[in-house]
Amino acid sequence: MPHEQQSSESSSSQGRLTREAALEGYRRMVRIRRFEEEAMRRATAGEFSGMHSSSGQEAAIVGACLALRDDDYITGTHRSHGHPIGKGADLKPLMAELYGKATGICRGRGGSMHLADRKVGIIGESAIVGGGIPLATGAGLSIQVRGSDQVSLCFFGDGAANQGTFAESLNLAAIWKLPVIFFCENNLYAISTPVVKSHGQPDVAKRAGGFGIPGVIVDGQVLSEVYEATAAAVARARSGAGPTLIEAKTYRYDEHCLGLQVPIAYRTAEELAAYRSQKDPLSLHRAELARYGVNAGDVADIEKKVAAEVAEAVSVARESPFPDPAEVYDYLFSNPIHYPPDSGR
Amino acid sequence: MSSQARELTYLKAIVEAQREEMLRDERVILIGENIDIYGGSPLFDTFDEKRLRNVPISENSFAGMGIGAALTGLRPIVDLTIASFVYLAADQIINQAAKLRYMTGGQLSVPIVFRACTYYNICNAAQHSDRPYPFFMNVPGLKIVAPATPRDMKGLLKAAIRDDDPVLVFEDMNLWTQKAEVPTDPDFLVPIGKADVKIEGSDVTLVSIAGCLPRVMGAAHGLRAGGIAAEVVDLRTLVPMDRQTLLESVAKTHRAVIIDNSHRTGSVASEVSAVIAEEGFHSLRAPIQRVTTPDVQIPYSAALEKPLYPSEERIVAAVKRVL
Repeated sequence: MPHEQQSSESSSSQGRLTREAALEGYRRMVRIRRFEEEAMRRATAGEFSGMHSSSGQEAAIVGACLALRDDDYITGTHRSHGHPIGKGADLKPLMAELYGKATGICRGRGGSMHLADRKVGIIGESAIVGGGIPLATGAGLSIQVRGSDQVSLCFFGDGAANQGTFAESLNLAAIWKLPVIFFCENNLYAISTPVVKSHGQPDVAKRAGGFGIPGVIVDGQVLSEVYEATAAAVARARSGAGPTLIEAKTYRYDEHCLGLQVPIAYRTAEELAAYRSQKDPLSLHRAELARYGVNAGDVADIEKKVAAEVAEAVSVARESPFPDPAEVYDYLFSNPIHYPPDSGR
Repeated sequence: MSSQARELTYLKAIVEAQREEMLRDERVILIGENIDIYGGSPLFDTFDEKRLRNVPISENSFAGMGIGAALTGLRPIVDLTIASFVYLAADQIINQAAKLRYMTGGQLSVPIVFRACTYYNICNAAQHSDRPYPFFMNVPGLKIVAPATPRDMKGLLKAAIRDDDPVLVFEDMNLWTQKAEVPTDPDFLVPIGKADVKIEGSDVTLVSIAGCLPRVMGAAHGLRAGGIAAEVVDLRTLVPMDRQTLLESVAKTHRAVIIDNSHRTGSVASEVSAVIAEEGFHSLRAPIQRVTTPDVQIPYSAALEKPLYPSEERIVAAVKRVL
């Protein structure tokens, strides 16, 4: 069943979404949803290999990204499509990467689990669970040493909270009050293992107290709520007060990854249906937009533009060339080391 | 380059390389456990805790933190101290540092140095005595250096700090007190990827890897006294390997003995041997010989430990087998 909203920390809600930001938030969520739906269709049709869909988790991703500046850093996860889109990336190089094309954001070296777009501040989408947490912490260290007022935000899942890097990195960030926002997209399942069977208690954010930093739980399906909590954490980080752990309770609509046949009923059809009908982040935010005086025509306009954008991304991806096998060593080193192929290397 | 030099120990060369690079480039920081009391401590005379980060015992995360800092404008040196501890940071080194430039199609750059010191032959038993460089040679994207003289240490560590890729710098604690003339020019660098012919000779090539060098030099001098002219090639950089220098030497001497402190199977010597066999086979007049540490864990008792590592006697015996 959809969870109840909880809050373990009395973080004052700073900066409610403006009408403009609320609309932009909706646009970004629609971009993620339509990108994922189309990518799932194309992958299912065999146009490229698998993917991990972010559908259902849009409000958590976009709510966090809306609270960031363009020059703030992000690290993400194997469920990597939402993060660059949420931070405002161009869809074409992302889709081309899924197709393994030379025009892909990672030149065909990364693929679906690694849609890192440096132009929007992403410094890694790690398919090693928990692998990005130290990187975001290091970005925080860099910000502090350079005396910049940027912040670093680390997306990770409930599964990653059980990795050593989680505990180690929160401690490191706490010691030096690094400007890092540790943002847990808790979608309740590590593939098929529910949080209740893998965590001593179900709230990741409660662990923050052990490191002497604030922990905040938000309803990850409600964009404005995620935004407000993240904006407060960002303000705290920029002020030099240190890191915050935010836990957004969210839900993934699709299976862990495309093509994965899970032989056990680890979640019920009723639970999934309840999220889709009562807790869908796009539906909930449309209702909120109405309160901002946004009319149905504005919403339809966003949908139409995003549909065209996604269609163009697929078209560009399909038409783009594959990378040249002769260039397979490119990007391995800053000063390329090419071994002659006849030496067996 | 200035021709001035001064005598430094191997250990002092490590400190001076870091001090010079930290003075030259404010993006260089040092991260490590207890750096305030161990090798990094003299740096506290010049720099403060902003750039000298003493860290808790969290190897994987402070290594990863260094990588994150490298991705965002700094040039960190991460001191992992005893080389057996590198395994704790191996996930971040292998899965992040080595891969991020490649996996992002060149969008990211990871200018970071991981220092690790091989402690062995001092009765520390198996969990403090590893010489793990061969593991990391199997990871594309890492550069690996293992200098064996004060001059090479200073020049290669400085080159590593200035390099835009992740570089593993392996030290050898048995060399800490070795002294030699080292150029004082702050821009003195030893290029990564270049082996060095320490002694020229025509009868046999001795390929020295990492801290084996003093024993290899000792063996070469002994052989010289017996009328055998051994050429000593100090590999210095393990990745990218200077195959040209290796092959040119073997083309001249027609015989190769490779000396390596790492365990025999999958050792650096194995790779050097393969390169010579594949690309220099027709130069050879005798089978390649490897002098390595056997495939057994390092025992505590000196009676058991000392015979395991390549010694001058074992090197000379291997040379006798190929002549």
